[in-house]
Amino acid sequence: MAAFLARRLVQAALILLGVAAITFLLLYCLPADPAVLIAGRSATPQMVAAIRHELGLDQPLVMQFLHYVGNLLHGDLGRSYTQKTEVLPLILARLPATLVLMAAGIVVEVALGLTFGIIAAVRRGGFVDRAIMMLSFVGVSSPQFVVALLLLYVFAATLGWFPMSGFGTARHVVLPAVTLGVLGAGWYARMVRSAMIEVLRQDYVRTAHAKGLSGGRVVLGHALPNALLPIIAMVGIDIGQFMSGVVVVEAVYGWPGIGQLAWQAIQQVDVPIIMGVTLVSALAIVLGNLLADFVAPFVDPRIRSQ
Amino acid sequence: MRVLRELVRRPSALFGLIVVAIVLLAAIFAPWIAHFSPDDQLADGLSLEGAPLPPGGGHFFGTDTLGRDLFARVLFGARTSLIIGLVANGVAVAIGLLVGLLAGYLRGTAGNLLMRFTDLMMAFPALLLAIALAALLKPSLWIVAMVIALVNWVQVARIVYTETRGLVERDFILAERSLGAGNGRIIVFHILPHLMPTAIVWGTLGIATTVLLEATLSFLGIGVQPPQPSWGNIIFESQSYFQDAPWLVFIPGAIILATALSFNLIGDALRDILDPTQRGRL
Repeated sequence: MAAFLARRLVQAALILLGVAAITFLLLYCLPADPAVLIAGRSATPQMVAAIRHELGLDQPLVMQFLHYVGNLLHGDLGRSYTQKTEVLPLILARLPATLVLMAAGIVVEVALGLTFGIIAAVRRGGFVDRAIMMLSFVGVSSPQFVVALLLLYVFAATLGWFPMSGFGTARHVVLPAVTLGVLGAGWYARMVRSAMIEVLRQDYVRTAHAKGLSGGRVVLGHALPNALLPIIAMVGIDIGQFMSGVVVVEAVYGWPGIGQLAWQAIQQVDVPIIMGVTLVSALAIVLGNLLADFVAPFVDPRIRSQ
Repeated sequence: MRVLRELVRRPSALFGLIVVAIVLLAAIFAPWIAHFSPDDQLADGLSLEGAPLPPGGGHFFGTDTLGRDLFARVLFGARTSLIIGLVANGVAVAIGLLVGLLAGYLRGTAGNLLMRFTDLMMAFPALLLAIALAALLKPSLWIVAMVIALVNWVQVARIVYTETRGLVERDFILAERSLGAGNGRIIVFHILPHLMPTAIVWGTLGIATTVLLEATLSFLGIGVQPPQPSWGNIIFESQSYFQDAPWLVFIPGAIILATALSFNLIGDALRDILDPTQRGRL
């Protein structure tokens, strides 16, 4: 067990190093020359050369990469081209808003996904199951920005129940969280359903029924805990979906998180900010996967004894 | 043929096939169906106050904020979306097949390296990686297609890898090898055919993902660039008017949803038909 977790820890560290290598290659080896971008349109070749020297862009690639990784380890994600400040503080300042949104989104996703997934599994093959599966397909096929605009149109512009955009009160969170959660809920419901179907087939579930437990007790008390394991293992992929969704949702709702920061950076081709957000997201995904590895033994004693 | 007959028998897959057929025909015959050019800013395309015209009258879907015929733009946008959907996803499936097959067949150090690289790509959120790539490169139709292919092959590679590992262990491969078949022959004639169902299923499901990703990138302004119409950038161009001219956002939005949904439904049905053991799975 301990050896397994240690190995996962090392793997996670290696993946992060690889992530850094890829962002580095993207930053430095693609047509867009950072020195030109920083210097602006009216710069002379001398100015560009000076900036290139200052950034260390005139050094060998390997040296640049080591320097880059060293900087990352110190929390230095580089400087924004347009805002002329460090990227990390910019991201940290906006992280809380994104975390609030993600937490609310996860609540929506899990609540909808678990409920519908369990109902579909119990009513497997019936009309309710097919309706839920169809609904989940609509969920995963919905472009998030259209859902966001639709919710705004109906519930903010027409009915006036929620504010159009902004941040601060609980009412501001509802529409962005629902937008973020609906897409994930589609996947979640399908996952919960297939995991539950697998478990509901097991002999111990029949035993539970046979000894006279109510249907609800069997499903929620006996089947669900065992079905949760594959779902916990998906948490890393889930975080990845969320990080992608956050950009769109924050852009549409004017939510002041890192997604909006990335979106504004896109408009200005502020590459260090885009890369910074990508790196932070990758870190979140790797940590999510690690978390799943560490939580799994507590949920499932079988893993603990291995 | 058997597969097609089975598809048509499922109501949801039939719905998907019909929608896809309509979109495909619209894309192919766009110049003949549309009464207007998608780029023409029509003299009577705006109201006297300068507002876009709602659907109905001479314009089936209304007009956009520049007085262009929305129906024509949506028709030509179907070309963009389908070209990207087919090309980007085709490339993604090809890369995924190649990487997964090689990693599963070679195993050892080379196979391990390939799969670790795949794990690495899994650590990137697809949209953010696509955004980073698209922001660095000058966006155009083909760049957008390549960007999407570069982030979407990973899933296919993992599944193909798992399947190939299982296949390599089977006795008929050992039998082939003992008969003197080389690696190339085994891969092409004995492993690849078994991977075709997976490739077909993911080739279909992946189009849905690709259409959505293209629309999202275009909506964020780093996908297909206006004036070339794509469903995503039609919405991008008119999103600030969504309260006054909702049709500009929700007509293309509904079409994106219907198209993605259809490819998902067909892909799901194909998985059921081609691989009965996966029935009802994710």
